[in-house]
Amino acid sequence: MSKSFVQLHNVNKSYWRDTLEIPVLHNINLDVPEGEFVALMGPSGSGKTTLLNLIAGIDRPSSGEVSVNGESVSRLSESALARWRSRNIGFVFQFYNLMPVLNAFENVELPLLLTKLNRRERRRQVETALSIVGLADRMKHYPNQLSGGQEQRVAIARAVVTDPRLILADEPTGDLDKQSAEEVMELLSRLNKEFNKTIIVVTHDPRAAEKAHIQRHLDKGELNHL
Amino acid sequence: MLLIHYSYKNILARKLTSLLTVFGIGLVVFVFCAVLMLSNGLGETLIATGEDGNAIVIRKASQTEVQSIIYRDVANAIKADAAIEKDADGVPIVTSEILVLINQNKRSNNKPSNVPVRGVTGMSINIRPAFKLVEGRMWQPGTSEIIAGSKVAESFQGCGLGETVRFGMRDWTVVGLFETGGSGFESELWGDIDQLMDAFGRPVFSSLTMRLANPEEFEVFRARLEGDPRYTVEVMREKEYYEEQSKFTTIFINAMGVTISIIFSLGAIVGAMITMYAAVANRTTEIGTMRALGFSRRTILFAFLTESLLIALIGGAIGVLTATFLRLVEVSTTNWNTFAELAFSFEISSEIVLYAFIFAIVMGIVGGFLPAVRAARFRIVTALRAK
Ligand SMILES: Nc1ncnc2c1ncn2[C@@H]1O[C@H](COP(=O)(O)OP(=O)(O)O)[C@@H](O)[C@H]1O
Ligand SMILES: [Mg+2]
Repeated sequence: MSKSFVQLHNVNKSYWRDTLEIPVLHNINLDVPEGEFVALMGPSGSGKTTLLNLIAGIDRPSSGEVSVNGESVSRLSESALARWRSRNIGFVFQFYNLMPVLNAFENVELPLLLTKLNRRERRRQVETALSIVGLADRMKHYPNQLSGGQEQRVAIARAVVTDPRLILADEPTGDLDKQSAEEVMELLSRLNKEFNKTIIVVTHDPRAAEKAHIQRHLDKGELNHL
Repeated sequence: MLLIHYSYKNILARKLTSLLTVFGIGLVVFVFCAVLMLSNGLGETLIATGEDGNAIVIRKASQTEVQSIIYRDVANAIKADAAIEKDADGVPIVTSEILVLINQNKRSNNKPSNVPVRGVTGMSINIRPAFKLVEGRMWQPGTSEIIAGSKVAESFQGCGLGETVRFGMRDWTVVGLFETGGSGFESELWGDIDQLMDAFGRPVFSSLTMRLANPEEFEVFRARLEGDPRYTVEVMREKEYYEEQSKFTTIFINAMGVTISIIFSLGAIVGAMITMYAAVANRTTEIGTMRALGFSRRTILFAFLTESLLIALIGGAIGVLTATFLRLVEVSTTNWNTFAELAFSFEISSEIVLYAFIFAIVMGIVGGFLPAVRAARFRIVTALRAK
């Protein structure tokens, strides 16, 4: 078996509501080799988003260890974590989360503002990302001028523009019609195959999950093979 | 600074609230500018009345020419002082004048106000290079003719060209109008000193004004005159004398104006704060997304601060710009030292522009700080869950 790229070891996560502990994840162990395409399934409220957030370093486990490409994510300071995220993670949200006041180009350019690239280099990279998702002709369009599927493809372009090795997608097709959902999953699959991106995608849709190599099931905070 | 473009576009996106906030801040800056321009204009007018290198002599402790008395023998002795510059013919450049207040109705409201009447000599005009007869002619010696400053002519009955004004039990015809480059003299009536002394039955002068041969020796000149027990006079640079006259009024206007501006600014700050809190609340998910992409808390803080700062700067620019139009407005006030009417206008200066922008920036920062801090303090997961 190849070396793991994403590794969770005995991860627990609880939320606290006042003095009441709400356990969400129990003793999660997960190994994802580089270049894998993993589908994470499970009923609503089972902790899928929480798990993804832990891997992305936007939340911290209550106990246990999360590491990505050998970096122990759970031990980085907040600002180091922010920097690490901007270089290593591409995040795709269910509701796209584009900035409504920025056009497609500017939305995709956003993560590049955190790099040292100059204006010209940024332009080239944004154009590449947008052409990968097939929206090079929509650069000047604002989110409200795009369909849901197009918005999600812009969001995917934003996730890949910094060329991260890991892409995390939280129900990327959850708000899309069948046709658009198909396109988005196809796109993720392409990123995995052509660009060797490691992809973890949360989905409810078994048809969408079929595109992945590995399917894992989260139920009541526990992770099972399907 | 990373997100300045994002901040700017957000301001454009919510046009109405941005506009209202800009308007609020603009209004405060306008008032603030207007007040400073007012006191600046007044100060400029009075200071311009004085000439560099000129000195004025009045009786000790009299503060103004109106209350001052200088006897003829004292005047003659001082006129002989060697420090006074001489003209080409060897005549000392010094003039003895009287200044008397008369009561005259204003054109605007038919109410009486004080008008200063100055008795001058031929040298008075030489000593004030800004003097220019703009209409009519000078008075004929030995007649009841006077000339009027352009501002007094405009605002007082009987003081226009060809009109007559009654004082000193005579009717005086205004035969000419003069300007002095916007200075306080334009609010005066000028006539021949002999005629005026005669009419007012006043055998003593009010003041002496002289040009010094060497302005650097002013202090020596002052010490000599003030130290002479025969004179009991006070010597001032002409500029300082007029500056002194504006002090009380400018301090009063400034204090009042700054107080009003600060009270108004509280309203504008609260307005900016409400706008920015609303912006933060509306964009919670966006903030969470930014943070997830790797933007730091500090960058988010600056983005929202920039937003309120940009609004404040636009407001400030509009306030300043509108205020500059006030230069077209002329106002008049009572000179609190002489109780005479003094006309002047709003006068902008680079300092006022600077203060206005600093004021706007302070409003922007104070109004935007707490909302920006709130935006920066969101936890990413919480912000992302807000929908
Ligand atoms: N910030 C939070 N505070 C309290 N409870 C939370 C928080 N985030 C998630 N939860 C709870 O954790 C559980 C798992 O949530 P989530 O990871 O969003 O599940 P899923 O994505 O599988 O629907 C839910 O019961 C949810 O209410
Ligand atoms: Mg979820």
